[in-house]
Amino acid sequence: MPTATTGVAATSVVPKIQFEKYTLDNGLEVILHEDHSTPIVTVNTWYKVGSGDEKPGRTGFAHLFEHIMFMGSENVPVGMFDVALEAAGADNNGSTTEDRTNYFENLPSNALALALWLDADRMGFLLPTMDKAKLDLQREVVKNERRQGVDNVPYGRAEETILAALYPAGHPYSWSVIGSLADLDAASVEDVSEFFRTYYAPNNASITIAGDFDPAEAKRLVQLYFGDIPRGPAMPPRPAVTPVVVPKDTFLIIEDRVQLPRAYYNWPTVRLFDADDAALDVLASVLASGKNSRLYKRLVYDMQIAQDVSAFQASSKLAGRFEINITPKPEQSLAAIDRIVSEELGKLMNEEITERELRRVQNSYRASFLNRLASNLGKSETLNSYNYMAGTPDYVQQDAARYEQVTRADVQRVARMYLGKPKVVLTVVPEGKREMMLTASGGSQ
Amino acid sequence: MSARYIAKGLGLISLAAFPLVAGAQALDRTKQPVLGPPPVVSLPPIATRELPNGLKLMIVEHHELPVAHFALVVESGGTIDPASKTGLANLTAAMLTEGTTTRSSLEIADQAAFLGVSLTAASNWDASTIRLHTPTSQLDSALALFADVALRPSFPQGEFERIKRDRLTSLLQLKDRPTAIANQAYAAILYGSEHPYGRQLIGSEASVQGLTPADLQGHYRTSFVPNNATLIIVGDVDPAQIEAKVRSLFGGWQRGNVVQAALPEPPRAAGTTIYLVDKPGAPQSSFRIGSIGVPRSTQDYFALSVLNTVLGGSFTSRLMQNLRETHGYTYGAGSGFDMRRSAGPFTASAEIVAEKTDSALIEFMKELNSIRESVPAEELAKAKRYMQLGLPGDFETTQQIAAALIPVAVYDLPFDYYNTYVQNIEAVTAAEVQRVARQYINPSSLAIVIVGDRTSIEAGLKAVNAGPIVLRDFFGQPVTP
Repeated sequence: MPTATTGVAATSVVPKIQFEKYTLDNGLEVILHEDHSTPIVTVNTWYKVGSGDEKPGRTGFAHLFEHIMFMGSENVPVGMFDVALEAAGADNNGSTTEDRTNYFENLPSNALALALWLDADRMGFLLPTMDKAKLDLQREVVKNERRQGVDNVPYGRAEETILAALYPAGHPYSWSVIGSLADLDAASVEDVSEFFRTYYAPNNASITIAGDFDPAEAKRLVQLYFGDIPRGPAMPPRPAVTPVVVPKDTFLIIEDRVQLPRAYYNWPTVRLFDADDAALDVLASVLASGKNSRLYKRLVYDMQIAQDVSAFQASSKLAGRFEINITPKPEQSLAAIDRIVSEELGKLMNEEITERELRRVQNSYRASFLNRLASNLGKSETLNSYNYMAGTPDYVQQDAARYEQVTRADVQRVARMYLGKPKVVLTVVPEGKREMMLTASGGSQ
Repeated sequence: MSARYIAKGLGLISLAAFPLVAGAQALDRTKQPVLGPPPVVSLPPIATRELPNGLKLMIVEHHELPVAHFALVVESGGTIDPASKTGLANLTAAMLTEGTTTRSSLEIADQAAFLGVSLTAASNWDASTIRLHTPTSQLDSALALFADVALRPSFPQGEFERIKRDRLTSLLQLKDRPTAIANQAYAAILYGSEHPYGRQLIGSEASVQGLTPADLQGHYRTSFVPNNATLIIVGDVDPAQIEAKVRSLFGGWQRGNVVQAALPEPPRAAGTTIYLVDKPGAPQSSFRIGSIGVPRSTQDYFALSVLNTVLGGSFTSRLMQNLRETHGYTYGAGSGFDMRRSAGPFTASAEIVAEKTDSALIEFMKELNSIRESVPAEELAKAKRYMQLGLPGDFETTQQIAAALIPVAVYDLPFDYYNTYVQNIEAVTAAEVQRVARQYINPSSLAIVIVGDRTSIEAGLKAVNAGPIVLRDFFGQPVTP
């Protein structure tokens, strides 16, 4: 075949996900994927709204709203949502990111209609029974979620501190999904109504059904429960963003109840599926995935001056960032570690990685694509995600091919292009140990 | 021998299986849809084999994706760690991937990444497990690596010193995490220092400092023997072919004498006592409430499982509904019986906003008292259906199926365990649930461990009057106020 490329190699190892997609008259996108290997089915609804769509002073609202969606709707009294599902042997949950909010049920295959009835009721008829008591209750739950995930865990406040410094004020990613306690306190019932009317309409959602079902029956049920939910107004445009530039190295510090400090390096990079996104993923793995990765091997394995190191390209719909974070071993100085980080980044900018390094990462990515396809939930997430982020559910092979196509030269190029630019450096230090902070001169220790 | 997982004609849905109202009729949204009968579950059979050296095989075919999952389960874990050498099983497992007679630590990591496989080793109280997850395209190379790690670990001194420093640093960092402190203190308070369950699987600073590669080799020699092990294989494999590969790789593994642990009697529970662990400035209080529970071999397994689903084992359970969905004191509350070879702890737990510490204790005590009253029929039926109808969801992926088979190996469950699970849950009566609640949950004899900001929570706790308050440190040991 004359057009044999590395992309074809990827298509041979990552199976296509068979699916059917259609759109109801009210704009609801429906994606069906049959898998009869186990008599279970997942219903997974994505609303194309996340914390990036929040208004100033209401950070955390998209996620707080997600909690409200489980509190009953016109035909489902408070508490019945979970009771009905558990009595049918189903689990359910939801989650919120910067870009989207998902709601899913994993059910025995006979219970498909139950999930569709419940999901349609909260899509079409949430507000009639909405009140301040429901909001106040979930506000307290979410504040406790924040305490449990941010305020009462070591290094918990690092992420929101980094986001606020890396992104300009008003950028949709400049605050965390969980939001602040003050903003959560400020949320009103009017906010809930307005948010629902703006974003929770069929024309802003996709529903994926994956698993053991009869497609004709599923289509009939989807039409029955969702077909007459009216289309909402046109969605407000997502916030416009311009490429993020950090003008000069920025150094931050927070004191925390921790035994050991931790350094976080962050650079603005590119959005999901940008041409350089996969090469940045590969770069992150070359730096800190596995014992043979550059920073892990040097700092944790050979010198043993660090307890852990991690690196990742966090790319979302509108923008991305690259982070490296490192915890030193007791009595070890972050300044010394900082010099080695600079050295290792310099090497990656000046020389290509080895063929073996590239193949290790590519092979690991190839296997990770297979694992995503192991469960109905994984497949429904994958289909919804490609539908929203790539414009078609039919994208797993193209996505996998991105990693097969990364070259050693690409990795060097993106290291130079993105990690050679100014960065945000946060040091989390034990209370009272401000001298441990990394600074422009490396640090005072 | 082989068995089938099958749950046929469940007979537990009391609703009649009417077809849905036809679409031509106007939809009545007030009516919950009537569901058809639950699916007939036909999970693939387990093929079992035993090699001459005593190694047992459990093979399940699962051809959905070109992957295979292997779990070599050795039926010895941290329970047999000598008192002065806690952390021994944990460190031994960690060292398996740190060097063999033919591969260095870095070579093992390099080959695993190059093959695109996941290769890990870990231990818990009752078992140590080496897991391999591989695309079948790399099966032979991956299996060779897996067998090398399992059969020929060399415990290199240099790697050992590195892993030891890693563990000592982790033990230091444990002080940062209130939830970890609560777990550690709770175990020590329930079981005391003479019982292994009172200690931590990772060990203590003193015990880890004292361990040597010779200790690890000793533990390996006496535990990692084929007559103490089961190899679980799930995936896109042909049973006869995979058996042949396993025989050639593991057939030469030598039998040995397995060390059995005789566990001391745990201390008798005191009257209900609040053990307060001060974590200044903590915005939440970590609750661990309970007592010593039951071993996995208990005759009350199914009744206790149903009981726990009602009390704190599901989203609609009483603890979750009360503490989260009614009061908003927490993001999540729950309970569990940790069943091991010997009686593990029963624990009710939550992370509670500091200012509601006293109110939450009142609600915990309310629920731990009222669960001893008869559970209403509808609530009981919901819990049973949740457990019965949710079972197929635990058998979707190769990892899940392997995870479900591990207890079959470790606790000698019958091969038709999942085959009869639905009937066994169905047979649990309200009277039995009440009996086991009264037998195993005793509100006048609970250890209540709370890790939080003493200054702001102690007065409120005292006023609740649930029991005397004593101060403990992060390790559950007495401190002078």
